[in-house]
Amino acid sequence: MANGARLTIRTREPDPRAAGLLADAHALGLTEVTAIDVADVVFFAGSLTAAGKKKMEAVLVDPLLQTASWTAPKTGIETELLPGVTDPVATAVTLAAHTVGLPGTEVATGKHFQIHGDLAEGTVATLARRLLANQVIERWAPAPLVPSFIDTHATAEQTVDHVAITGLDDDALQALNKERGLSMDIAELHAVVAHFRGVGREPTDVELETLAQTWSEHCAHKTFRARITLDDGSEVTPLMKQLRGCTDAIDAPFVRSSFVGNAGILSYVPGVTVAVKAETHNHPSAIEPFGGSNTGVGGVIRDVMGAAHHPIAITDILCFGPTDFPADQLPEGVLHPRLIESGVVAGVADYGNKIGLPTVAGAVLYDPGYLANPLVYAGCIGVAREGEWSLPGPKPGDLVVTMGGRTGRDGLRGATFSSATMDATTGDVAGASVQIGDPITEKLLIDVMRECIGLYSAVTDCGAGGLSSAVGEMAEGVGADVDVALAPLKYPGLRPWEVWLSEAQERMVFAVPPAHWPALLTVCERHGVEAVSLGTFTGDGILRVRSGDLTVLELDTHFLHDGRPQRTMTAVLPAPGRAAAAPPVCADPAATLLALLAHPNIASKEHIIRRYDHEIRGATVVRPLVGEGHDGHADGVLLAEPADTHGLAIGIGVNPWFGITDPERMAHAVVDEAIRNVVAVGADPSSVALLDNFSWGDPRRPSTLGELIAAVQGCCAAASAFRAPFVSGKDSLNNEYLGSDGARHAVPPTLVITAIAHHPNADRAVTPDLKAAGNALVLLGATAGEFGGSHYALLTGQGNDTPVPAPTANGPARYRTLHTLLRSGRVRACHDLSEGGLAVALAEMCIGGRLGATVDTLPATDVTTGLFAESNGRFVCEVPPDDLVWFLDGLGEPAVVLGTVTAEPVLRLAGIELSLDDLRTAFQGGAR
Amino acid sequence: MSRPQAMVLAAPGTNRDRDVAFALELAGADPRIALLNELVTYPGMLQSAQLLVVAGGFSYADALGAGRMWSLELVHGVGDALQQFVAAGKPVIGICNGFQVLTRTGLLPGALGHNDSGHFQCEWVRLAVPASRSVWTQGLDPIECPIAHGEGRYVHPDVAALAAAGQVALTYEGHNPNGSAADIAGVCDESGVVLGLMPHPENHVLARQHPRHGRGTATGLGLALFQQGVRYAGGL
Repeated sequence: MANGARLTIRTREPDPRAAGLLADAHALGLTEVTAIDVADVVFFAGSLTAAGKKKMEAVLVDPLLQTASWTAPKTGIETELLPGVTDPVATAVTLAAHTVGLPGTEVATGKHFQIHGDLAEGTVATLARRLLANQVIERWAPAPLVPSFIDTHATAEQTVDHVAITGLDDDALQALNKERGLSMDIAELHAVVAHFRGVGREPTDVELETLAQTWSEHCAHKTFRARITLDDGSEVTPLMKQLRGCTDAIDAPFVRSSFVGNAGILSYVPGVTVAVKAETHNHPSAIEPFGGSNTGVGGVIRDVMGAAHHPIAITDILCFGPTDFPADQLPEGVLHPRLIESGVVAGVADYGNKIGLPTVAGAVLYDPGYLANPLVYAGCIGVAREGEWSLPGPKPGDLVVTMGGRTGRDGLRGATFSSATMDATTGDVAGASVQIGDPITEKLLIDVMRECIGLYSAVTDCGAGGLSSAVGEMAEGVGADVDVALAPLKYPGLRPWEVWLSEAQERMVFAVPPAHWPALLTVCERHGVEAVSLGTFTGDGILRVRSGDLTVLELDTHFLHDGRPQRTMTAVLPAPGRAAAAPPVCADPAATLLALLAHPNIASKEHIIRRYDHEIRGATVVRPLVGEGHDGHADGVLLAEPADTHGLAIGIGVNPWFGITDPERMAHAVVDEAIRNVVAVGADPSSVALLDNFSWGDPRRPSTLGELIAAVQGCCAAASAFRAPFVSGKDSLNNEYLGSDGARHAVPPTLVITAIAHHPNADRAVTPDLKAAGNALVLLGATAGEFGGSHYALLTGQGNDTPVPAPTANGPARYRTLHTLLRSGRVRACHDLSEGGLAVALAEMCIGGRLGATVDTLPATDVTTGLFAESNGRFVCEVPPDDLVWFLDGLGEPAVVLGTVTAEPVLRLAGIELSLDDLRTAFQGGAR
Repeated sequence: MSRPQAMVLAAPGTNRDRDVAFALELAGADPRIALLNELVTYPGMLQSAQLLVVAGGFSYADALGAGRMWSLELVHGVGDALQQFVAAGKPVIGICNGFQVLTRTGLLPGALGHNDSGHFQCEWVRLAVPASRSVWTQGLDPIECPIAHGEGRYVHPDVAALAAAGQVALTYEGHNPNGSAADIAGVCDESGVVLGLMPHPENHVLARQHPRHGRGTATGLGLALFQQGVRYAGGL
């Protein structure tokens, strides 16, 4: 293709990407680099006529903004996306070429970089490898790069291999398991062998892969369903059963469906249901941060679509290693946290912003424990009218219809990959496991589904495991017969197993009664969405996959879904110290408060939040940023459709530092925190539903499993106390990195709790920013000297000998009472206390309101406890002086009147005297 | 009194079409969302409308520059019908991606480059309303509403001439979020019937949508802009 035409496009003004790249290069220690120029390149397969070039240039170049050249640069380096990686830009250019009369033009895209400075030998290659080209999805070469195009004439033999397993001994089975990356244990392998001995034949490669995917930790939640024995011989109720049992016992009237299907379903007002779901996409984000988080968001949106609800909002919780981590100390094969952070944030923003959903709630955490294993949680909320979501399920004769994106080799074996430990070579071998999303295609699917209500009897999304997982799940108990040769492909040459297991994004599978098929096709055509029938649901309970006439899989769906032996595991419960000890003594409270405000976990996240559109749909009534300058952090956020009076509040609770010391109390604390968030914004505490998302280390280590058990028990105790049921959850285990030093690095126990609650009056939302001078400040809830896992301890190294905060004594009653008071509209501000305790909470309220506060009474005689303890169940409320007696009487329990709001922008608190400017500088890092 | 018919045009990836349809309804119009390929098939649809909105979003994923693909498809598909609509003096508004599209089609002057921050930004802005030829902004008070874009830096070779011609319709007041020339947030064509702007007045049509609603310091409903456009369309 050396003769192919290529257009290099530069911006007239300095390209804003250049400054970011230079900063990243310096962060990697390559300080001799003085500038990196960047340009976009469009490669055409084959030559273009002069007229053709002129037409394409007119489309691709805006002369007011850009210059362009058809001559290839001879210096610098160039990158391109690997053939087969999703490239919406190339797709669009191909379409444009068609429009201007150049049909059939094949296109690839890339970038050109010119690197300046007195460069050492090898610097360019280092930069290319570590910054400019992620070799999971891109390749690089000295300019001019000779582009590679996907082979559009490839063919693949439509054959199937039988794998001889029925005669293998355990060693041979284990070897096969490893060689094929099945991630099964020996008992599971035995079950597969026994099944095929019974059937009287060897399994096909497609069958083995399908079983591995269906039985993977990612899809089957083996640990949460396992039979667990403790070291004293006693047995623990399976974790999933504990969570479900707790929800069943609460029996909340607003729960319509829990732990079934793609999402939890709630209903707060007659005729309307709400679907909620949160997922993780940790492993992919570690090796390709943009694509990993991008497809994580796309995947959880499809979960809500798979529950037949219309998505309305997104949440994201991100955990990274320290962004100032020394580049030369990074473990082998690990991306720098700075690059992971910028890639993950860009990936979330790209998907959410383009699909047109507000990204409204979240958290960003930093800890060395996330260095090699960043965590990316994405959540989605959807709504539907009553009846739209309760589908009958596939009926024999219904068509198996795939809709949306085309199938390629994207993400093959993602489910088994995400269930394994990563090591230094993961990025090299897992390339095919990572994909780039295409949010516009998914947006069109949302539009189509809005108009297809009643035309299908079941729907699910293609997530991990692709068609295998989607069709396999839908066919459970019914059976299906599908022909993978009918699936629309991105490019030819896929073998049957590749089509069946591809994790290409933006695909949904529908069960469509034949009578509705024409109507459904009409809607799809209107929106330009591809839909193809691959076969039918049969009624014989057998899943049959063919490629034309060649049968490649024939499995009894009962064996596929119920044939996996229950895993048996052993655990040792943690024994955290909970004895009271003397709290630490803070020598300089003012300096400590400023240091806490500047701590990455507490400091302003505005630079990330503003990258996300949180305004679209016009339903975000309380945003993640609030106050006079729109720069204070909100507790809960509030969504209310423009035409509605009521709304939905969303809160997040997460605290891995509590989890390191005391996972049970951690779980209790984060459930409490998520609920406090929604209560603080004015939502009804008797309407809270919860999502649990666990990211943990390898549960085959008894101590790690013990910590998981303790956390689940904490979850259940808290949920029961607050009568807040879990409705959906997901666990991501094996978040470990096997370093080239031979040591295993597991993430801190990270449980993210999402709380969703009904808000009765969206016009009367409460926010944490202070509103007016002269108002009284009141602290609700008890304060104790428990510093274990607190940010005071994290900052100073003192206090970890005291316990992690205990469950609050009468939280549920307090929250109900507070809700009644908030509904009156007389409470002007409410802020929940979390990381950094009272001092940080008050500082945040001052920053949000651009006001000061004078506090003369602390909740504890010991100043350090009063200022910085992180006891559960606490809020600060701002009440006009005339309403103070009413408020205190209404509480029905003792509260501390801390002091008053002042017009003078100074926070005075137990000897601390800090100006609002000082607080803001610490909190915002002098930004803006 | 009958409601003027408003067409909200959407391409694959347009995502604020429903928001603007809601705003138009509140403003007294009868909005209908039309897909680009429907309009290409039936260009006559446009003639029945009295007002046209090119809505915001990420048409065709903003491949190689915001609005490039949509403007290409628009000009190739319904270029003549669009010219006739404007020549008839019917009001047209392009918001965000719609603004980017209209500059590319040549209906509006200038171009929109990458924000000087280098990335997408979502924040509220205050818009001043200088005297201009725009039929959309006559008599309007300042508006407060969000921006949500990555390519909103307005570029024009001669902003002084543009202002002198009365084509600068909206400017950022207090804080220029993206490095736009002369703080320009919105411009109109020479006739004044076509307006393009980067911010989203359709996301401030209810008081409670303002971030400072609870503080009592919220002002500048964006609804006023749509009311003015609908009023003008109704008077034709």
